[in-house]
Amino acid sequence: MQPSSPPSPSSPPPAPFSQLQKGFAANLVVAASVAAYGSVFGLLAAQKGIGWGQLLFMNLTIFAGSAQFVMVDMWQPPLPVAEIALAVLVINTRYLLIGASLRQLFAGTTLTHKALVMHLVTDENWAVTLAAASKRPVDTYFMLGGGLCILMAWCAGSLFGNQVGALLGNPERLGLDFAFTAVFTALLCSFWRGGRDLLPWLTAAAVALVVEQAVPGSKWYIPAGGLSGALCAALMPAHAAGKDRKQT
Amino acid sequence: MTENTAAFLAVILAAAATYALRLGGLLLAGKLPDTGRARRFMDALPGTILLSIVVPASVSLGPWGWFASACTIACMRLTGNVLAAMLSGVVIMALSRAL
Repeated sequence: MQPSSPPSPSSPPPAPFSQLQKGFAANLVVAASVAAYGSVFGLLAAQKGIGWGQLLFMNLTIFAGSAQFVMVDMWQPPLPVAEIALAVLVINTRYLLIGASLRQLFAGTTLTHKALVMHLVTDENWAVTLAAASKRPVDTYFMLGGGLCILMAWCAGSLFGNQVGALLGNPERLGLDFAFTAVFTALLCSFWRGGRDLLPWLTAAAVALVVEQAVPGSKWYIPAGGLSGALCAALMPAHAAGKDRKQT
Repeated sequence: MTENTAAFLAVILAAAATYALRLGGLLLAGKLPDTGRARRFMDALPGTILLSIVVPASVSLGPWGWFASACTIACMRLTGNVLAAMLSGVVIMALSRAL
């Protein structure tokens, strides 16, 4: 509908906005569970005397669901500030690896761009974006769109729970506690690169299970499993690592 | 230190720690070589992290958790639809608790 400007003959332009929209849409399914759990979180926060302003501040600055749950659980005056910060650090150690795994996606972007988009990387949009990237070209705006989708769902859900009450009385009765595991399990299917993944994946699963048993109640098992599995892949002989994965 | 100051401090420290991990991981990875073992390490990371999130969560739910996970994978392979796959797992867990 724009006869004045002829379509650019060069190959597909970056089109950040379209990537943003696609990323937003791709995260809607998981965002529904994020909102439901957000409402539970908001209610718990209300019971600890955390108002909507503090809650919103927490959501926007920390933006990490499981860590915020633990934080609010420890929210007992006098506030154990150092213990809370340490617990959050431990739970979120996995983000060190998650950030590392995004090197290729962010290749060629500026430091400012990295600094802005990384704040909105959560387990959910990270997994959705990398799963999408295994099928079609995807850039950091896709990740950003997903982050905005998750952020909106988390804020809307938690503010609702904080002011009105939980959306669903007991999410566990409805199996919703399994929703995140189910989404991640489904996405895992597109992360499988063939036989060369077998040994690293077995290592990751075994180490994660052992660490989870050894250090119950913490989230050390995620970085421990992820790290050991990837180390296993690195130590395997190059020829066993199979064909080049540069192009698909 | 008043309760309000303590609350603010707790949130700011938690936020700083989380952000440092997010950005730090990406920037540190940029220092690694893009070939050989380091490359294989990086390429394997997404799968092994996701697996480490999923396996203990599923195992902790017992046989029903295993069954729900298996159905989720089967549904994903059949339909290629994340929503359908998620719903199959969630419905199975809900049923197991209603029984």
